[in-house]
Amino acid sequence: MNRPNPLFRNLNSKIASLPMMLIVLGVFVGGTVWTVLFSFTNIKILPIFTPKQWIDGFVGFANYKRLFNSDRWMSCPAITKIGQESWQFKCTGAMPNMITYAILAIIISISLGFLLAVMMDQKIRLEGMFRTIYLYPFALSFIVTGHVWAWIMSPEYGLQHAMRELGWTSFSFGWIADRQMVMYAIVIAGIWQGTGFVMALMLAGLRGIDEDIWKAARVDGIPAWRTYIQIVLPMMKPVMVTTFVLVASGAVRIYDLVVALTDGGPGISSDVPSRYIYQNFSANLGQSLSASTVMLVSMAIVLIPWMRMEFGKKSQA
Amino acid sequence: MANTPLAAGPSGAKPKPFITPQRAVVYTVLIVCAIFFLFPLYIMVITSLKNIQEIQSGNIFIPTMHPTFDAWEKAWNSACTGLYCEGIKVGFWNSIKITVPSTIVSIIVASLTGYSMANWPFKFSEVFFTILLLSSFIPYVVMIYPLVIITRELGIYSTLPAVVLVHTIFGLPLLTLLFRNYFASLPQELFKAARVDGAGYWQIFFQVFAPMSVPIFTVAVILQVTGIWNDFLFGVIYAGPTNYPMTVQLNNIVNSAQGGKAYNVDMAATILTGLVPLAIYFFSGKYFVRGIAAGAVKG
Repeated sequence: MNRPNPLFRNLNSKIASLPMMLIVLGVFVGGTVWTVLFSFTNIKILPIFTPKQWIDGFVGFANYKRLFNSDRWMSCPAITKIGQESWQFKCTGAMPNMITYAILAIIISISLGFLLAVMMDQKIRLEGMFRTIYLYPFALSFIVTGHVWAWIMSPEYGLQHAMRELGWTSFSFGWIADRQMVMYAIVIAGIWQGTGFVMALMLAGLRGIDEDIWKAARVDGIPAWRTYIQIVLPMMKPVMVTTFVLVASGAVRIYDLVVALTDGGPGISSDVPSRYIYQNFSANLGQSLSASTVMLVSMAIVLIPWMRMEFGKKSQA
Repeated sequence: MANTPLAAGPSGAKPKPFITPQRAVVYTVLIVCAIFFLFPLYIMVITSLKNIQEIQSGNIFIPTMHPTFDAWEKAWNSACTGLYCEGIKVGFWNSIKITVPSTIVSIIVASLTGYSMANWPFKFSEVFFTILLLSSFIPYVVMIYPLVIITRELGIYSTLPAVVLVHTIFGLPLLTLLFRNYFASLPQELFKAARVDGAGYWQIFFQVFAPMSVPIFTVAVILQVTGIWNDFLFGVIYAGPTNYPMTVQLNNIVNSAQGGKAYNVDMAATILTGLVPLAIYFFSGKYFVRGIAAGAVKG
């Protein structure tokens, strides 16, 4: 009797997984490799992958050089103050905008989310109601969030107008029309949308902490706030890493929110990498692909803490 | 300190003051934040109920004395998107046409793959798992070009099937992980018992696992419907102008300034666009939280 061919073991399972395998290999792996490879060529129209097209069009790092020389992507002139030795950089462009957004969104939404989670953990009344209120913006589209906040922050009719009308004539809040401040306006909308979710993650983390830890801390006479900061916070490292990775990866790919809130304006002062890539689609494909690759690298950097955590777990086992 | 004693009966161990300074701080923080989160919803609703004169002369905070649903009616039926003036209802039906098939197809494929990976492991299924995990982090915008090529070669670029296909593809990594983790968490004895009884791959899936998996299917539906409904990028690129989903239509309505900006209509259209995911959120409660948390933590 023949032994069954190992290829046909669990055949149904293999057949059922086949569409997924093809999609993962063809689209995700294939698409990523295609993007990275063709970012080194001078292609103008979308080719299908052929090695010949790649070899013929190969230009090395030329696209990357052009990308980082373009002011729309990144420009960091050194500002020297007369009579002072020190000088500083003031970076503008899509990439610095994204980094500004990412840093602020991470710091604010994680600290505010943690604070809210701790408050929610105090055996409060109406917990369900508060949770619902904090989390509902997360259900909305960034397009919805963007347009609401654009209306609220509109200098003509929004908050600024209302405050002045109520008698506070010197009140000024025109961030979305101000080149220097527009990214902070986007951060406000982003925080509004995402903090509830961070709170939910943190609260789940807090609830996962063993009651005995609390009892032990209470017996030792440690005040609750110190228990939170010195004992609970370090124990929540996995939740923190997860939250960091989620918020940061969301910031790297930020697109819809900017489109709805400012559409990159005023001028291009709130442009972000995703929007840059999309806008250069037809005019500047090479640069667009190299920008995509830079974005992939940014995403990989953001994933490092999480991968270290996962990898660390395996090597311990 | 103004400590009001607890009014309720003498149950419980030790009488505690109803309001201590700490609790006052806790509630103050919670309420201030709640106001911040509710504020835009309030503004959206009251703006949509005003008429245009009240918006131009009035105050953004103050609700109107004469609420009217005219702006809602206009947003739904006759708001202009720049191309035509048929309101956001066109986008609503397009979004339905996009969301329903993508949700169904992606859940079928993902549940089967997740089940295979959890219970019928094959060579490389662990490698496959890692690739899936990483795939769910790839920014959508990076995949635009390859998918334009793929849909163009399939001859469906800028049509409804293209956007459905793209949504299905991008929903798969996360959903598969969700299903794989769920099926892996079910007791393995069930699976073994069914095997001993002679059940095969499909039988176990449909008669043993699927009936036990209503919660995870609910979570998957919520995840997909809200995700696809809220998408903007894929809609604008792959759907083509006649199939633009609601988010794209909303953006066009707000940005088309034909005959002056009608903020009340804009806000009505904005609420209408947010209504479907909000309804799902309010009615599904804990499943929604579980859906986004499970999806996000694993992905």
